[in-house]
Order: sequence, then C-alpha cells, then structure tokens
Amino acid sequence: MTNIVDRIKAKEEAKLNEGKEMPNFSPGDTLKVHVKIREGSRERVQVFEGVCIARKGTGVEGSFTVRKISLGEGVERVFPLLSPRIEKIELVRRGSVRRAKLYYLRDRRGKSARISERTTGYGIEKKAAK
Amino acid sequence: MRTGVIARKEGMTRVYDENGQQVPVTVLKIDACQVVSVRSEEKDGYTAVQLGAGAAKVKRTSKAMRGNFAKAKVEPKKKMAEFRVSVENLLEVGAEIAASHFVPGQFVDAVGTSKGKGFAGAMKRHNFGGMRASHGVSVSHRAHGSTGQCQDPGKVFKGKKMAGHLGDERVTVQNLEVIAIDEEENVVLIRGAVPGPKSGWILLSDAVKKAMPENAPLPAGLKSDAKAEKAVAAEAPAEEAPAADAQEDNTQE
Repeated sequence: MTNIVDRIKAKEEAKLNEGKEMPNFSPGDTLKVHVKIREGSRERVQVFEGVCIARKGTGVEGSFTVRKISLGEGVERVFPLLSPRIEKIELVRRGSVRRAKLYYLRDRRGKSARISERTTGYGIEKKAAK
Repeated sequence: MRTGVIARKEGMTRVYDENGQQVPVTVLKIDACQVVSVRSEEKDGYTAVQLGAGAAKVKRTSKAMRGNFAKAKVEPKKKMAEFRVSVENLLEVGAEIAASHFVPGQFVDAVGTSKGKGFAGAMKRHNFGGMRASHGVSVSHRAHGSTGQCQDPGKVFKGKKMAGHLGDERVTVQNLEVIAIDEEENVVLIRGAVPGPKSGWILLSDAVKKAMPENAPLPAGLKSDAKAEKAVAAEAPAEEAPAADAQEDNTQE
C-alpha cells in the first residue's frame, strides 16, 4: 500500500510533460508564457510576459503567478504548472530576490518595483555551459 | 442490474481533461474484490452477489467467517457487502472484479461512511444562522434559539433540529462521473469527492438515475476477462477477439 495517489500523480505528470521542456524558473524571474487561446473553433497562441511572483505546489498540483503592468494597470495571472493550454514557457531573465513570494511588488510602482538581474547561483553555470 | 464494487478511497488528486481543464478526482482502489457467495431465487428468495474486498489476517478472522471464505476458496476479506443483481448478471463464486467494470464517462453512485464530527452544534449540523454578534447578545452567539411555541402546545415537537451527533453515518452520493480507469493499478478515478476518510470503504454501483452505458461489460468486468483478452490479443489477434461489450461469464475455478 505504498501511495497509489502518488503513482497516479506521477503518471499524469509524465503524460503532461511529454514533449515539453520546462525551464527551471523561480520567483523573480521574467517569463514569457505562451498560452493557447480558443476563439470559437480557431486556436491561437497568446504570450503573457511578466515577472513570476509566486510558485505554489509541485507536479500536477503546482501553479505559478505571473504579474505584469498592462496599460498602467497591474495584471496577474495564475497558471497551472503542467496545463496543456500552456504551449511553452520562455525564461527571459533571472531575477535576484530574497523572498519566495513577491507580493510586495503589488504595492510598488516604477523604479521601486524593479528586480535586479541574478548572474550567479543556482542554474546559472549550466546555462553558461550551453 | 449489474453488481457494484467495493473500493477503498485512496485520496484525491487532479487530472486534465481533453480541453485542458483541471478535473478534481477521487482515487478509488479496487483491492482484490471477489465474489464470496451468491444469493439465488430458490434458496434465498432473491438474487444477489456477496462481495469481499481487501485482505484480512487469518488470525483476526472469526472461525465462522473462515469457514465461509474456505467454502468460496478465497482469501479472508476485510470488507463484505451484498449487491442485488438480476438473474442474468449473477457471477460465479471466486470471480474477481476489475476496474474495467466501469467505463470512463459513465455515472456511478458512491456509498460511504462519512467522517465523524462528534457532538456538533446546530450551526454546523443543520446550517442554522446562529445569533447576532452584538446588539445585546451575550454568551449564546452560536445557540439554536427558540425551539417551539408557548404553553400551547407546551412541548418541543419531535424531530426538532438541535445539536447532536454529526457524521459517521451512511452517505450516498449519486451521479458521480467516472473520469478514468487504470487497469494496471486497478483504480477508478471519479470526479469530485466521495464520503469518508482516506482508506474508508466505498460501495460503487451504476447510477440509479442515469442510463447504463452501452459498452459496459456484462455481467461484470472481471479480472480474468482482462487477462484472457490480453492473451488472445497476443496469441491470435484476428481470432475471436472478444468485444468488450459482449464478454462471456468467464470460468474461474
């Protein structure tokens, strides 16, 4: 009776991950999320670019929040990590932050809402080697 | 009427449907669910199958039950239940029911024992509104309030909803959709929640208020059928590959 639910989750995760490559991103990173949008019978891809301000959960139960300023108004979208509606996630820039949840960005505007780029640490060397 | 199945609640997770929508599902494991005995018209006056599921330790099984299991030549079972079936859907003793008994998209009714909540107040137990937080109310914010009239009738009517024991009772949830089955794990995934805790027993049967799916295996989806089908498919793909909807009652001694 090892955990059947875990095995079912792993299966579902493997199924959803098939043929997809997910960048290893964390809060503070700037992402381009390519979302499939259905308009009637037509399907097109929309890009949502912004700062990842939170990651929650893992695997099938994971989600992440992306925040951007659109026409002077803050917009946040929560995506399921493994959603089949996400075509791909592009990692634009890594950010250096000291918190796991960047909700403080909601109260900031302009200069104080900037995040400096992270050039060292986890996942960077690998990228440089490529 | 087909037989139902005894399943064990393993927990919940989520899967994605073909539209990319998340579907919350309950994972129900069908653990060695076998026919232990059969009720017949001539002997018992009604037709039913008695199923047993789970594995019980022999030393914790009573002598009387051990005799019953020995007669059926099955391992001692933890949970037993009877399902009324029509005559043509009776099963043989010892037959093991598999997850393929259900087909994705069909609807089922789930019977379980809800989680016990102990002695609960009227607000939690009957969704009463309680009293005001201010305006002179003291101490009795969550009380049920008045329970009746005056000197006439001079009593509280029977059946008045009051505080008392909540939960730990038989609960049926109807029309739950079967999202997927996993034959490898012998698991059924059902949309939404079912009553009871993890590792609680759930009786699953075809929904009473929905039409039976056409491709549901009759008289039941048995483990031996699945195996036989695989063997046949492996040996001779063209030869008498039994269609899923016309499965014969398999012989399993």
